[in-house]
Amino acid sequence: MRITRMALRYRARLTIGTLAIFLAAAFQLWIPILIGNAVDAASNLLDGVESTDEKARAALVLTAILLLFASVGRGFSSMMQSYMGESIGQGIGYELRMLYYEKLQRLSFSYHAGVHTGDLITRGILDVEGVRMFVQTALLRTVFLVVLIGTGMYLMLSRDLTLGLVSLSFVPFVAWRATRSQLRLRANWYSLQEKLSALTKVMDENLGGIRVVRSFASQKYEMNKFDDASNEALALANTQVGIRASNIAQMGAAFLLSMGGVLWIGGQQVIEGEMTPGELTQFLAFMSILLEPVRQIGMLVNGFARGSASGGRLFSVLDLVPAIHDKPDAKDLEISKGILEFHNVSFGYEDDHTLKGVSFKVEPGHTVGIVGPPGSGKSTIAHLVPRFYDPNEGYITIDGQDLRDVTLDSIRKAVGVVEQDTFLFTASVEQNVAYGNPWAPDNLVTSATKSAQLGEYIERLPGGYDTMVGERGVSLSGGQRQRLSIARSIMLRPQLIVFDDSTAAIDAATEQRIRSALKDLTKDRATIIISHRLSSLMHADEILFIDAGKIVERGTHEELLALHGHYNELYELQIRPSDENRSGEDHGSAS
Amino acid sequence: MATGANHERSHEIPPKASIRLGPTIDEEVFGEAFNGQIIGRFIKYVAAYKALLAVAIVAVTVFTLSSIAIPLIVRNVYDHALDASSPDRATLGLMVIIFMAAVGFNFVANYLQELIVGRVAERILVDMRRAMYEHLQRISLSFMDKTEIGKLMSRLQGDVGSLQEFLQTAVFAIGDLVLLVGITAAMLWLDWRLGLMTLAVLPVLLIVRIIWLPYARQSFLRARVTSSIVSGALAENINGIRAVQGMSREYVNYDLFDIRATDNLRAANRATKFGVIMLPIVDSLTGAAMAIIVIVGGFFVLGGTIETGVMVAFVLFVQRFFDPIRALTIHYNVLQRAMASGERIFEVIDVPVDIADKPDAVDLETIDGSIEFDHVTFGYLPNQPILKDINFKVKPGETVALVGPTGSGKTSTTALVHRFYDVWEGSVKVGGHDVRDVTQESLGRHVSMVLQEPFLFSGTIFENIKYSKADVTRETVVEAARAVGAHEFIMKLPEGYETQLEQRGGNLSLGQRQLISFARAIVADSKILVLDEATASIDSYTEMLIQQALHRLMEGRTGMVIAHRLATIRGADRIIVLQDGSIVEVGNHDELMELGGLYARLYSMNYASFDDIPDELIQQAMKAARDSAT
Repeated sequence: MRITRMALRYRARLTIGTLAIFLAAAFQLWIPILIGNAVDAASNLLDGVESTDEKARAALVLTAILLLFASVGRGFSSMMQSYMGESIGQGIGYELRMLYYEKLQRLSFSYHAGVHTGDLITRGILDVEGVRMFVQTALLRTVFLVVLIGTGMYLMLSRDLTLGLVSLSFVPFVAWRATRSQLRLRANWYSLQEKLSALTKVMDENLGGIRVVRSFASQKYEMNKFDDASNEALALANTQVGIRASNIAQMGAAFLLSMGGVLWIGGQQVIEGEMTPGELTQFLAFMSILLEPVRQIGMLVNGFARGSASGGRLFSVLDLVPAIHDKPDAKDLEISKGILEFHNVSFGYEDDHTLKGVSFKVEPGHTVGIVGPPGSGKSTIAHLVPRFYDPNEGYITIDGQDLRDVTLDSIRKAVGVVEQDTFLFTASVEQNVAYGNPWAPDNLVTSATKSAQLGEYIERLPGGYDTMVGERGVSLSGGQRQRLSIARSIMLRPQLIVFDDSTAAIDAATEQRIRSALKDLTKDRATIIISHRLSSLMHADEILFIDAGKIVERGTHEELLALHGHYNELYELQIRPSDENRSGEDHGSAS
Repeated sequence: MATGANHERSHEIPPKASIRLGPTIDEEVFGEAFNGQIIGRFIKYVAAYKALLAVAIVAVTVFTLSSIAIPLIVRNVYDHALDASSPDRATLGLMVIIFMAAVGFNFVANYLQELIVGRVAERILVDMRRAMYEHLQRISLSFMDKTEIGKLMSRLQGDVGSLQEFLQTAVFAIGDLVLLVGITAAMLWLDWRLGLMTLAVLPVLLIVRIIWLPYARQSFLRARVTSSIVSGALAENINGIRAVQGMSREYVNYDLFDIRATDNLRAANRATKFGVIMLPIVDSLTGAAMAIIVIVGGFFVLGGTIETGVMVAFVLFVQRFFDPIRALTIHYNVLQRAMASGERIFEVIDVPVDIADKPDAVDLETIDGSIEFDHVTFGYLPNQPILKDINFKVKPGETVALVGPTGSGKTSTTALVHRFYDVWEGSVKVGGHDVRDVTQESLGRHVSMVLQEPFLFSGTIFENIKYSKADVTRETVVEAARAVGAHEFIMKLPEGYETQLEQRGGNLSLGQRQLISFARAIVADSKILVLDEATASIDSYTEMLIQQALHRLMEGRTGMVIAHRLATIRGADRIIVLQDGSIVEVGNHDELMELGGLYARLYSMNYASFDDIPDELIQQAMKAARDSAT
């Protein structure tokens, strides 16, 4: 198993740990022997012969000292063993976490789009934890238990076969019960977690949608939903309690029953003089020492099961090769003018192409507008430019260099995509704006936010640029988020800028102001504007109307209107929301 | 150590970058471990399970007693059956039978205590969560507006969870105490001198634990917090992966994450050290106790003061002696956490319900659909009225558009119709009844709201359209969807009406979500519909559908619409123009245009939506309208 291989690299700690195991087991098993001796010494039965009081006293003192020594030794060696086990576990957990993080950063969009983010997060947290627990408890512990139980059993059986068998009779039962119940508990735990997260969802949605709940007066309905979810979880929780209770009771009883058996049989042997009371005590003490380790077998089996499942899931991610990666001989993109060109590009999954044979060219200082109905493939174009995906057919060049031949890093530095959905990181406004270049001086940040028409708003925030946003900070409106996203991209002054429907939530007037503020930036750069709002792109040098993945109309605003085709139809729809014929101009958007 | 990583850490932290400054979980507050008031209130929830708990306490006692009895029986075996001078088979048999009986009791009691305590704890947890949740359904929206959902959720989950933990440990803590007292008593009874000497190690352990506890707790907490930070950082990176890759932040993030992960590694290792340090201490003390028993006990046996069995019993007791003490110090932690949690839970439960049905509230059967605002003054903060002396009447079946700049009081007006808040002065009447005189439940039946941000629940589309109406057939739902023009796109989805919606309807576009929320309102079929038109941009194709749907929605209903789109406004029977909480103009489109006031000025600016008009233009129009009025 790969996890074991990883653990083997912690040689020093493993060696100390293993040594500690043998010591701990030895001390552990020595203790019952010493106790037995003490009992015999006290009953004057040392070595089976009557001895004098002095001898017995001396023997007692010696035994006591040894007992103290053995206990201290056991304590320290088990401390070393636990510490080594845990620190190896922590180390491996750290390594896996870093590897996983690194891998996720590299995996391409097609991968991220296909998996549920919640699953990825769970893997990163629970599965790393599962592997860590496995390393920490299972690896060294297994050796310890094997040594301890094995030697313990040998010692008991070699002393007296019958009595040994009786005293060990609880072992298979407890081991079996512990294993079975641990596995059942785990399976049940997973279902319980599912039910609990369903309950969480019910509560979370109820509180989030409290206005809907109130406005439909559906408190009763919502309480029923809650009760259903809550009772389902309760039923499973009760099962959990039931399994645990019957298991603890059964294991305890099995142990005590064997102890009763030992008393009965051993007692008779003592009466018949075949055994000393001290030897009987040894058996009893051995039993108590074995009880805990035998119980732990269940934990170990569970640890193995969880560890291998978690490990399997983790490595399946770690072994993935990102679909988009640098060629071995990839060079950095060299920008001379900054001309972007799509050469007959088709893209899509299997036969279902979202883009079919798209060709166009954007020169520096020029703007290409892309418009079309929802799902026509507009956003795909935005994702192809920074090489988030590779085209299935055709190719894309920047200044004549095929994107697949240059390094990803250099492409993404040259291309700025302003996305429709903006993710805000839990950090200050400043850090969010400077996300692409955290070394940027203050004036770059402020000028970018000013151009994005966000400067004033930020200055009015309680902490200004240091105000926290994101999950635990101030919440921004959709329009403010989009403006922040624009600021984030333009701060980097990329050679090519793609606006992917990034002004949908910004009102037309503000958008107008952003556009004029950006004039200076865009005058020597290629710009692509994707939007469903015509006012955002009708000033473009060329407008492409995309339908079902194909360019169906292209030209300037006026040319397209003259075609009386799709574009014109959309124009009519947007600029004249009512029956009245009003002049459109720049502010005519109904959306 | 990060073998698979593609690069080394540069150790250079950029000035404008950080990840995850703090943990997501609420940091624990270590307060007092005992708060009589909280315990008192808590007892009320526990009291519901009196009978069961009585059984549990009996079981705990029986379990403890039988646990103490077992070593004593073993002692008797040694002293009475195995005594070298007079071995006695019959006594041995008897003792083994008694032993087995004790095992039987022990088994049953053990099972019962685990089962009952566990289940009762689960039930109380459900009860408390339910009480809190139900209360949240009733407290006024002004509380909900102020409170973050995440905070409430952590109360419903984390805090309730730690109370459950408390309950479980509370019972076992009692068991442990009883056991401790029992063992002590048994040892003293067997031989008080040997007992006292053995017990002498106890204070040592206690003192060590007391010194150790604060440090250990600190280190455990630190390990937990750093681990939660790491998880948060990972989650954030996954959620924001587009921004990360699009801006080439991988290297910087890797370094930052490494710092967090290393912090966590250090904290975890430190916590481990504190954890394992107790092992040799407890073992050494156990060894010391056993050594005392062997020397002192052995000498006593030799001297004939005690019998061998007593010594064996002592050895068996010592093995069980340290567990309860170890457990008790842990319980103390749980207790502290539980008190803090209890305080937070009762804080929510104690929020007064300020909008409640009157005792004699009328359950409205049918109403005519009229709305009347009679000299209404209202605000959220004292002395800052949002609405000032508002007067208007909406006739049954009429559609009224509320128009006005941001902050003019449109949203507050609509919220009052549904009695989300109570007015300061005046009254709001629906169907001729003051909203404060009718039950909220029946008011909800007659007044529906469609919010600006359509909120969908997870579940199927069918369930979302049907929502809380119990006896709604598929036909009604489909009919409603057809009416608003949602049927076509729903049928195109892979499973039609049975398609599962993602969180908040994430797999639908904004426009589609809007249409579904319209269909939901049609199914609810109330006489009065309050609608807050969406301002966000929707593509023109869907926009057209929505306009048509709006007409169908209003058919045969009294409508009150916060309108943004000119098309919607012009379609209204009457337009109420609000400004700074007062009505400045009322009339239909043509009348208002003729009046030449604020509305006419805004309209003539030729924006398709009032929201597109820049602030400064609105300010100008408002000023101009005021000037021309005077």
